[in-house]
Amino acid sequence: MAQFKLPKNSQIRVGKTWPKPDAKNVRKFQIYRWSPDDGENPRIDTYYLDMDKCGPMVLDALIKIKNEVDPTLTFRRSCREGICGSCAMNINGINRLACIYGLDEIKDATVKINPLPHMPVVKDLVPDLTNFYAQHASIMPWLETKTNTPEKEWRQSIEDRKKLDGLYECVMCASCSTSCPSYWWNGDKYLGPAALLHAYRWIIDSRDEATGERLDQLEDPFKLYRCHTIMNCTKTCPKGLNPAKAIAEVKKMMVERIV
Amino acid sequence: MRYLTPRKSAEGLGAARTGTHDHWFMTVTAVSLVFLVPCFVFVLGTAIGRPQAEVVLLFSRPFPAIVTALVAVVGMLHFARGAKTMIEDYTGGITRELAVIAANGVAYVIMFTVLYALGKMVFLGTLIEAMK
Repeated sequence: MAQFKLPKNSQIRVGKTWPKPDAKNVRKFQIYRWSPDDGENPRIDTYYLDMDKCGPMVLDALIKIKNEVDPTLTFRRSCREGICGSCAMNINGINRLACIYGLDEIKDATVKINPLPHMPVVKDLVPDLTNFYAQHASIMPWLETKTNTPEKEWRQSIEDRKKLDGLYECVMCASCSTSCPSYWWNGDKYLGPAALLHAYRWIIDSRDEATGERLDQLEDPFKLYRCHTIMNCTKTCPKGLNPAKAIAEVKKMMVERIV
Repeated sequence: MRYLTPRKSAEGLGAARTGTHDHWFMTVTAVSLVFLVPCFVFVLGTAIGRPQAEVVLLFSRPFPAIVTALVAVVGMLHFARGAKTMIEDYTGGITRELAVIAANGVAYVIMFTVLYALGKMVFLGTLIEAMK
């Protein structure tokens, strides 16, 4: 359900401003901070970095802040090359992977970093993705077969394999789902673009034998049809995928079953 | 407080096994309205500024009467389902249920009011024609 006002304990306050380094090429960073331990409201802390001594990506700046300025800053990161999806966050209004988003791509002078929108926050830039992962699990993201397992392998033609391109690359960073207003308002029932893209990936897989059951599970006014083709998912995907198209393909298959 | 596993929360009550008929209905009615609405606007345009008797005569003719009836029926059914989706997006609980009932009520009241008025005009138009 839509909420247009933040609860009192979620309203953001002005936070601490950290000292400016004595350098020429300095950039300002405004970062969302919240800790469950101190009972305080969230705040925006301001940091300054010497860009001549900082790496090129947003994640480099965050690591520099954590290492050299404020060790309490909390964020997820792992691979540093856009494969693990851990460092997804809202950077100057767009959901991005901090590790592959260049600081030079941000046109504004100030870099504003927030956690992924409309998700419960664990701490600072770390969102709680429990529901997101459970929704992913609910679409059965594995090969379902009824035929006896072949001695060697499940065979797939080159053409059928090509159908998985643009789908299997999803790293489950949650950038798409958390940019979707439908997911914001109905995230408890609507599966969201990421889970639906994965659902389509298994529906379209030529080796999977549970197509009907998978479509049955999605046949719901909320799970699937809450997608109103807003297209934020496609616009924001840091991997350049098209979840909106995958959802449209699922809808086409649904219609094919009845018309 | 309830100790539900995340998977249990995510699956909820399971799939309703409905939705595609609504989706297809909205697609079909949207396409129909693309053709019907300009026709209705044209009919309405020709009626504006004319004396009442002429307007009654105009709407008693088959094309304007059928187009108007179709716009009322298809348009209001489309509105009712569209409004339901919108209400589901932005409200919850009892408000959601009451608002859906209200939207359906409004749609059917408008639809039957138009059909009644149209029927009256067709009847009156036929009477005027017969008296000529």
